[in-house]
Amino acid sequence: MRNDITRRDALALGLSAATVAATGVAAHAQSAIKAADVPAPKLPIEKGASLRMLRPVRFVQADEDVFRANAAKFTKETGVEVKVDFVGWEDISQQTAVTANSGAGPDIIIGFSDAPHIYVDKLIELTDVADYVGKRYGGWLPLAQRYGKKNKSDTWIGLPFGATAGPLIYRKSILQSVGFDKVPEDHAGILDLCQKLQKAGKPAGFALGNAKGDGNGFASWALWSHNAALLDSDGNVTINSKETIAALNWVKQLYPTFIAGTTSWNDVSNNRAYSAQEIALTANGVSLYFSLKNDPATKAIADDSEHQLLPKGVAKVSPMAGLTLNAMVFKHSQYPNAAKAFLQYMLEKDQYEPWLNANSGYWAQPLAAYAEAAVWKGDPKVAIFKDTMNSTYYDGYAGPISTATGAVSADYVLIQMFASVATGAATPEAAAAEAEQRCKRYFRRQR
Amino acid sequence: MSVTTLSSPVLPQRQPNWLVRLFDYKPFLIAMCLAPAIGLLAVFLTYPLGLGIWLAFTDTTIGQKGIFVGLDNFQYLLSDPLWWGAVSYSVIYTGIATFGKFALGFWLALLLNNHFPFKSLLRAIILLPWIVPTVLSALAFWWIYDPQFSIISYLLVDVLHWKSSNIDFLGSPWPARFSLIAANIWRGIPFVAISLLAGLQTISPSLYEAAMLDGASSWQRFRYITFPMMMPILAIVMTFSIIFTFTDFQLVYAITRGGPGNSTHLLATLAFQRGIAGGELGEGAAIAVSMIPFLVFATLFSYFGLARRKWQQGEAND
Repeated sequence: MRNDITRRDALALGLSAATVAATGVAAHAQSAIKAADVPAPKLPIEKGASLRMLRPVRFVQADEDVFRANAAKFTKETGVEVKVDFVGWEDISQQTAVTANSGAGPDIIIGFSDAPHIYVDKLIELTDVADYVGKRYGGWLPLAQRYGKKNKSDTWIGLPFGATAGPLIYRKSILQSVGFDKVPEDHAGILDLCQKLQKAGKPAGFALGNAKGDGNGFASWALWSHNAALLDSDGNVTINSKETIAALNWVKQLYPTFIAGTTSWNDVSNNRAYSAQEIALTANGVSLYFSLKNDPATKAIADDSEHQLLPKGVAKVSPMAGLTLNAMVFKHSQYPNAAKAFLQYMLEKDQYEPWLNANSGYWAQPLAAYAEAAVWKGDPKVAIFKDTMNSTYYDGYAGPISTATGAVSADYVLIQMFASVATGAATPEAAAAEAEQRCKRYFRRQR
Repeated sequence: MSVTTLSSPVLPQRQPNWLVRLFDYKPFLIAMCLAPAIGLLAVFLTYPLGLGIWLAFTDTTIGQKGIFVGLDNFQYLLSDPLWWGAVSYSVIYTGIATFGKFALGFWLALLLNNHFPFKSLLRAIILLPWIVPTVLSALAFWWIYDPQFSIISYLLVDVLHWKSSNIDFLGSPWPARFSLIAANIWRGIPFVAISLLAGLQTISPSLYEAAMLDGASSWQRFRYITFPMMMPILAIVMTFSIIFTFTDFQLVYAITRGGPGNSTHLLATLAFQRGIAGGELGEGAAIAVSMIPFLVFATLFSYFGLARRKWQQGEAND
């Protein structure tokens, strides 16, 4: 038995200074990012302005270091004091709710994906800044537009700062030993591969426990790759469909090929199982790869590992959403211009590029021009994360984003639907009907 | 000799001012003395409880103010299989865990009430599970139950070779439910054992001496002295134990978060899941309010049922 490295431990292993070495990115590399000459919006900063912001705690130490350094630069150049507080990922939603409801607290919060859509009435419009940085840096990528803009409008209510994805990670040598070069794109092929991996004693393992990131990621992928969806484009709940039943039946076949216990997995379980060489295939963020790579004891596993976009199944493109950092400015702020100017400043090349590079691929850019950042040109195994925000899939696909879409994910409704079928606790039809009842409850006021 | 007495002048009595009179007024004094306590109770006890109950009758969500919806939340819960599942498991969890804690706790208390070397040290060790923060013990159990890295599986599979594969403690509903109950029993034994030990030590040794002179066996001494004398403390400890167990949150949330599926949700974890994580404050509050009848019933049953004086005195119930 061994104590394996958790996801959070991963990049904290001295990465603050070692980021450059780990990614092969040279700190002094010439920037290849092109910035168009576009007039910036006029944002006269209020006299005596100071700002307070909350954002999710860093996953990579360098994320915090560079972010703070950029904020300090802004203070030096504008005289606006910026106090940045980092809070736990699980707490940011509650703190945002309290801020929004009480009309007091931070001027800016960087929340997750759908947060601005929940508090839209409490936020100031950010269209001027979004239009400016969009034009300057090659345009906003699809996922950024989805999470940044108010539904069915061109009004920006959030400014996405980046997204992290959970593609497949697998052991190349083990897949080859059972006759595969990579993971097949079709469901039958994936099932065949997983059956062979199980026979070889190195099974696959995907979280089916109440895991916010990995569990929801697997459940959403299983749905979307069967062309099933939580909602239609008008916001009607469509979870109880023949496509969903097909997805449930497929997972029912797939589940016995997994390593035992995946229905109790949380967000660190697959990291540990993969690091301990108990499994040969799972889905995870880049952190797992880096944790393996940076530990001499596990570097050989990293060398033998490959990333791959989640298989398409019957979808047209890889159905993989990214967890998005989304900045919002509250109406109660006394210094809205200073807040907007700060966000604009942080998205400018001089600040954003070093921050993006420092994150070693954990966060991928929302603006097209940043695809040329040095971070994507170092380790080829990291490059797959570059296009995370090109995804057309998102939490609540294919409907409008709302409070309820976040609630369905937070309440693990989709995971539990799959888990109950996988364990034989419910038939696919019963599980889909139960999920539909729960979803309709959440969406009853969203239409 | 004649004595002449001078009549003393009658001094006009000064009337106490209104403030003095007010503070001499007994009802006012009572009200004044109770006011701080009433204020504290109102602010810190009644208001949160009242707000929670009020929320249960609204459709409030995190981020949006709700409106009064009457019994809608409760009606929905009655049609919700997950709520019924949480009710069933809460009752099973409380019943089995309370029985386990009392059986083992009482046994431990009886053992610790004897004279033996290092008694104080052993008592301190038995308190350990109670001293350790619940979340810490939950994390320890999470490791113990881990499907891949469980110490129990390691011993059985790799060391003793008694099993060929790891035990999947938390991967299917009933094993997961019993695993959580075991963790709760482990955690709750010290409270029961120490409380009952305190009760045991209040029983006069002369009762046992008299019984022994009368030729009572050890079972008869337990049946007719220890058990009846312990009933009041048993009633109190069981009441608290039932309340703590029924409203348990940390162990379940840290180990399974209600999974696999929704098989290990207690009402408390389901209330949190719906109310806070899911943002449906009204519905979450309704789930929490729905615990009150169970708690009232369990409390009344354990307290009045076990504390009946006639039973304690060995007489028939009436």
